[in-house]
Amino acid sequence: MPGRSPAALLILGSIGVVFFVVPFAGLLAEVPWSDLPQLLTEEVVVDALVLSTIASLSATLIAAVVGVPLAWVLARVDFPGRSLVRGVVLLPLVLPPVVGGAALLFSLGRRGLVGEPLYEGTGLLLPFSIWGVIVATTFVAMPFLVITVEAALRNMDQRFEAAAASLGATRWVVFRRITLPMIAPYLVAGLALTWARALGEFGATITFAGNLQGRTQTLPLTVFVALESDRSVALAISLLMVAVSLSVLVALRDRWWQPR
Amino acid sequence: MAAALSGLDASIVLRRSDDFVVDIRISIPSGTTVALLGPNGAGKSTVVQALAGIQPLDDGTITLNGLALDDASNGVFVPPEKRNIGVVFQDYLLFPHLSVSANIEFGWRSRGLSAAEARKQCKDWIGRLELAGLEDRRPAELSGGEQQRVALARALAFQPDLLLLDEPLSALDVTTRNSLRTTLAGHLVAFPGPRLLITHDPAEAFHLADEIYVIENGSITQIGTADDIRLRPKTRYASDLAGSNLLHGVAGNGRVRVGAHTLVIADLALTGDVLVNLRPASVSVHRSPPEGSPRNTWQTRVDRIELMGERARLLTGEPLALTVEITRAAVEALTLHTGEEVWLSVKATEIHAEPIPTGVA
Repeated sequence: MPGRSPAALLILGSIGVVFFVVPFAGLLAEVPWSDLPQLLTEEVVVDALVLSTIASLSATLIAAVVGVPLAWVLARVDFPGRSLVRGVVLLPLVLPPVVGGAALLFSLGRRGLVGEPLYEGTGLLLPFSIWGVIVATTFVAMPFLVITVEAALRNMDQRFEAAAASLGATRWVVFRRITLPMIAPYLVAGLALTWARALGEFGATITFAGNLQGRTQTLPLTVFVALESDRSVALAISLLMVAVSLSVLVALRDRWWQPR
Repeated sequence: MAAALSGLDASIVLRRSDDFVVDIRISIPSGTTVALLGPNGAGKSTVVQALAGIQPLDDGTITLNGLALDDASNGVFVPPEKRNIGVVFQDYLLFPHLSVSANIEFGWRSRGLSAAEARKQCKDWIGRLELAGLEDRRPAELSGGEQQRVALARALAFQPDLLLLDEPLSALDVTTRNSLRTTLAGHLVAFPGPRLLITHDPAEAFHLADEIYVIENGSITQIGTADDIRLRPKTRYASDLAGSNLLHGVAGNGRVRVGAHTLVIADLALTGDVLVNLRPASVSVHRSPPEGSPRNTWQTRVDRIELMGERARLLTGEPLALTVEITRAAVEALTLHTGEEVWLSVKATEIHAEPIPTGVA
């Protein structure tokens, strides 16, 4: 090592490490390892697992279909009020999820601005249904995709797109064959982030969609409820989610951190 | 306009900012290579963008083989993908995620050809540009010279109507550049349409082009062959390119006043603002005040000595900054060193002065 590291930095840094390690160690120490198979197949857990899987994947899919074009517009189209639009789109990143959920309730709920005519016209009620869960998680998670893809689109060398156009490619072909492949690594990272965030969504979901087992009770909600009733179920699900999160990190390791 | 039916005819006006306007006219018959030669920031890349359709004209027209591609006054604008112009971009811009063959086939694939059909069309180009064996490589796995050939193949493969080369050799190191210049000349000649070479390198322009357009500060300042530019440069920039001295002065009574110095010229009738062209080799260097006929004699200091093989180039200082070319043997015989005082002399008949042409700054 070239030179000595200042002791103060080493000490404070170590405190930081301990701060991150202790919670996981505590969790792992408490996990009832032998009961795991039985705990993870309990009805309440399986219901939540299925619901969370469907909701998080749907949110990711919607984010891809809507969020990528949105990112493209924000990155490439110069229109008045663009900063404002970007601000609104990225607001859920910093907004407390509960507030997001409340906003959804007031707008898309039964008495909401859009929710009321929607219900009266089609009978579709978003709260207390899986649709509500998907809407809430998409609302909270999609900004991760938009911000990642927009940055990638801004940073990519647009002269490649001009080169493709000079070779006869229409704008759509340029997007499909040049732009998308060139930002692919960032798109994948954005999708993974979005999915991880969607899977862990709690506040907006419980506020907007409620907490009904088998209908709107996702994994994080189940953990929260189980902490009051059956702590071993909460531990089992927590372990599962730690494992999933860890897998996402490992899958993205080339993007975020370089193992040495 | 029969001549315009085959070739490029462009009058390009683009306002880049309040005080920078590119305003040029270029005419290139088919089978001819024109070089647009100019310093950085002269507006060369703006011309590429206008021709390729990346930037619509503010004013003017672009006509290729009799067809209007851009006509600002009539609202005609053919988008880049419909122009059929082969461009070798600066830095080549090979698609990094596509193989060599996919890059070359891109032009045909964009035109709706199937993968197999496009491959057949492009096979010939792989061979012609000596890329056989590299088909499945990614651009990052190629040498600079190979990348240049892929870029050339990609631009030529779909049979464009105009070949546009934007600094095609500047991404290469000097040795590769020199050897590839000759190869490139061969490929240019084989292309039947008009060819436009954008460059800041006079060697490239002199070597590859039939005709050179010198562009400075958004305007064409001289059009001519390599010899025209070399022997009769019209601007300071062109003269620097050719290594000659081009000075602004005021003439009258057989004299030209250049800054603080006065030169005696042979032309007694010349008056007003003039451009003085003083060939570097026409200046003699002496250790002591020279005797004999030269009427232009002055003392100065050698600011720099550049040895170029058998020749040497001296840069001299006050009262007249000049480039002087003598033999290396002369430098040794005179035992010249930087910073030393010398005497210079020029015959009046060796000083060419002409009235400043309008439109040339």
